[in-house]
Amino acid sequence: MNTTSSIITRREFVKVVSIAGGGLVLGFYLPSKEEALLPEMVPTTSLAPNAWLRVDRNGIVTVTVARSEMGQGVQTSLPMIVAEELEADWSSVRIEPAVVDPKYGDMTTGGSRSIRSNWLPLRKAGATAREMLVAAAADTWKVDRATCRAENGAVLHPTTNRKLSFGQLAEKAALLPVPSDPPLKKPDQFRIVGRSVPRLDSVEKVKGNAIFGIDMTLPDMLVAVIARCPTLGGKVKSFDASKALAVTGVRQVLQVESGIAVVAESTWAAMRGREMLSVAWDEGPNNTLSSADIEKIFEEKSKQEGLAVRKEGDTAAAFTSAAKRLSAIYTVPFLAHATMEPMNCLVHVRETEAEVWAPTQSPQWSQRAVAGVAGLPLEKVKIHTTLLGGGFGRRLMWDYTAEAAEVSKRIGRPVKVVWNREDDMQHDYYRPASYHRMEGALDSEGRLTSWAHHVVAPSISAQLFPNQPRQGPPDAVDGAAQLPYAVPNILIDYVMANTPVPIAWWRSVYNSQNPFANECFIDEVAVAAAKDPYEFRLQLLPPASRLRAVLELAATKAGWGKALPSGKGRGIACHACFGSFIAQVAEVSIKKEGSVKVDRIICAVDCGQVVNPDTVKAQIEGGVIFGLTAALKGEITIKQGRVQQSNFDDYELLRFDETPTVEVHIRTSAEEPTGIGEPGVPPVAPAVCNAIFAATGKRIRRLPILDRS
Amino acid sequence: MPQVKFFVNGKQRTVSADPNTPLLWVLRESLGLTGTKYGCGQGLCGACTVHVNGEATRSCVTTLDLAEGKRVVTIEGLASNVQNPLLRAWIAEEVSQCGYCQPGQILSAAALLARKPNPSDSEIDEAMAANLCRCGTYPRIRRAIHRTTQEGGRR
Repeated sequence: MNTTSSIITRREFVKVVSIAGGGLVLGFYLPSKEEALLPEMVPTTSLAPNAWLRVDRNGIVTVTVARSEMGQGVQTSLPMIVAEELEADWSSVRIEPAVVDPKYGDMTTGGSRSIRSNWLPLRKAGATAREMLVAAAADTWKVDRATCRAENGAVLHPTTNRKLSFGQLAEKAALLPVPSDPPLKKPDQFRIVGRSVPRLDSVEKVKGNAIFGIDMTLPDMLVAVIARCPTLGGKVKSFDASKALAVTGVRQVLQVESGIAVVAESTWAAMRGREMLSVAWDEGPNNTLSSADIEKIFEEKSKQEGLAVRKEGDTAAAFTSAAKRLSAIYTVPFLAHATMEPMNCLVHVRETEAEVWAPTQSPQWSQRAVAGVAGLPLEKVKIHTTLLGGGFGRRLMWDYTAEAAEVSKRIGRPVKVVWNREDDMQHDYYRPASYHRMEGALDSEGRLTSWAHHVVAPSISAQLFPNQPRQGPPDAVDGAAQLPYAVPNILIDYVMANTPVPIAWWRSVYNSQNPFANECFIDEVAVAAAKDPYEFRLQLLPPASRLRAVLELAATKAGWGKALPSGKGRGIACHACFGSFIAQVAEVSIKKEGSVKVDRIICAVDCGQVVNPDTVKAQIEGGVIFGLTAALKGEITIKQGRVQQSNFDDYELLRFDETPTVEVHIRTSAEEPTGIGEPGVPPVAPAVCNAIFAATGKRIRRLPILDRS
Repeated sequence: MPQVKFFVNGKQRTVSADPNTPLLWVLRESLGLTGTKYGCGQGLCGACTVHVNGEATRSCVTTLDLAEGKRVVTIEGLASNVQNPLLRAWIAEEVSQCGYCQPGQILSAAALLARKPNPSDSEIDEAMAANLCRCGTYPRIRRAIHRTTQEGGRR
């Protein structure tokens, strides 16, 4: 038996899609990332269900949501939102990763958007199902529905002490009309949202039976590794596979777009085969490129006038009349993602269809890429998103999925392409490098009268999508244009400086670059004005601002202003990004030989309504440590067109014994939830550099702090 | 192919493979124990950590012949005891984020605790410094190790 009834209103779309399985199945609509930001631009006619909530006859509640789990806990926090409004018994809630389909709208996991863009639609879906289950119970008992209530996976009629479980009611509920405007709970009624609910994936992850992309197998599957040109943009000139083919287990060697694929019965045989390959490379046009060349490109470009993205007052006049003028150049390097699970993808391309198992943040971009390579219509490419052994933006790219499809198509079998660590490090799409010229002016009272930030950086969107006209401000000014301080004269401008180095998104991307310059330079300005850097910031932030509130909270928790022993220093930084507000205080020790040890990072964050507080803390802890790796050690350098780093010995991550104490304080808020995956990263580098200045009087304007050269 | 005999999680296994094959790939692909992870292939990250005769060992740089006759324990073996206090502490502290490095972290921690049932912070630092985590779970790993020793002490 099937029934369909629907109420379509923008962003509030819920309908019964079927009861074929004997339960209640609601289809509802989750807006894409663009739509979440610009809801008025979404035509209501395009709405189709893209997420599912199923209540089975056995009472199991299953939420199918198309977001990738890469450690951020989204496959626990999203069902928590549904379960809250549904009044479900949390122990009966399950999540099913969605298989790619155009009907899902945008399935991309990025931009710290999963919670904030799904918050209202998921609540609405849960509330709709709850109202239908309550109505079904009232109808069964022939009582007024207002005398019934849902609680912990059942509907109760307290006056007669009757109770029916959701499972018992599901079938009947599915026949009822879908309420158009179910009441949503008030935050003080939440009993799941706001609690540190244990993650649903914890047990399988500690037992070693969680399945990541690299763990996938299929009968008849072969494994391939690919020899890639070490020079950026280079190609195969010729190759000799005879020795590779002599390796036991190697089945085939073939040239593909990205290099020479060695296909074998096992990963090790494929790796051994690749070592035995002899390849002559056509290095292409970049074979003399060096990091010094890229710095020169930035310096040359910095002489150009930029595109003004924010202009208030007259900075030129203010600089002329200033009592004190400051200027400084800040630079940051290219960075690798270095997910612990290297890139990999399992694909089976057949005559008329393809099936893909990929650890991906963007199954639909991969679907398009695989369809293109396989010569199949989009709907014939089925993508299963596995668990991701880290994402951080790297897995938004589709290079490694398209490549696996090419190998599978050519050999006519399922194949898993595995990148070794060196491939992963040297053929990444890196976090852009950038160059920032900062200028500030103070009047005779030490007030900041003018601020100019001249951003010179490659544009990810321009490099990745050169033919797509860009709407809105350039990506590279994210975190620069939004300077939070009240300054009468402001000029933020941008010069695009693209290079042959491939780039893409990286945890907080440009928000890990521009705020480094902002928050270090504001410190320089405060010192020049003979003010305390914390007090100086406070004076420039509106009294009621949420950023100011977290700044105050971090400073209080860190004991800002209390004396520290000699050789130690404290630094502060704050930033608003991804809808959230964050401040951090860093405490560092300078050892006798001059080395830096970060002792403590105190964070205060306001991310609106918190869904899972422990997950929020974990994300900030992780963001801080990710940001510290970048601040202290991270650098990808280029020599003769090649990425010089290749593994964890020359691209070091922060280690256990180098990790500071990280304290996270969450500011209670009833505002809508905002992003949490990325905001932990931006303040770390400036807070640490400002702390080093406080301890030593030395300004660090170039990352990483521990320069190896 | 020569045959190599060794014990994996308490059971005797016989594998026919090139004796130079890293133990990592034998465990993952010949024996289907995918809880042991590939991270770097050079013994630099610790994702492939297993126990060989009780010692935390990097299986990506340990050839199969070196395991001959030895007792190998992987995360699957450790986890076969659901009451394992270390795993319970890992879950209680919500250590895992992406989870990829955690089997290796847990096996390094288990080897430490077998050696030093009540390790100091600096002993934990030393034992865990070569296991990398990109998600930044180190503070929680420390808490989980401490929790294990505290709960062990209460019994």
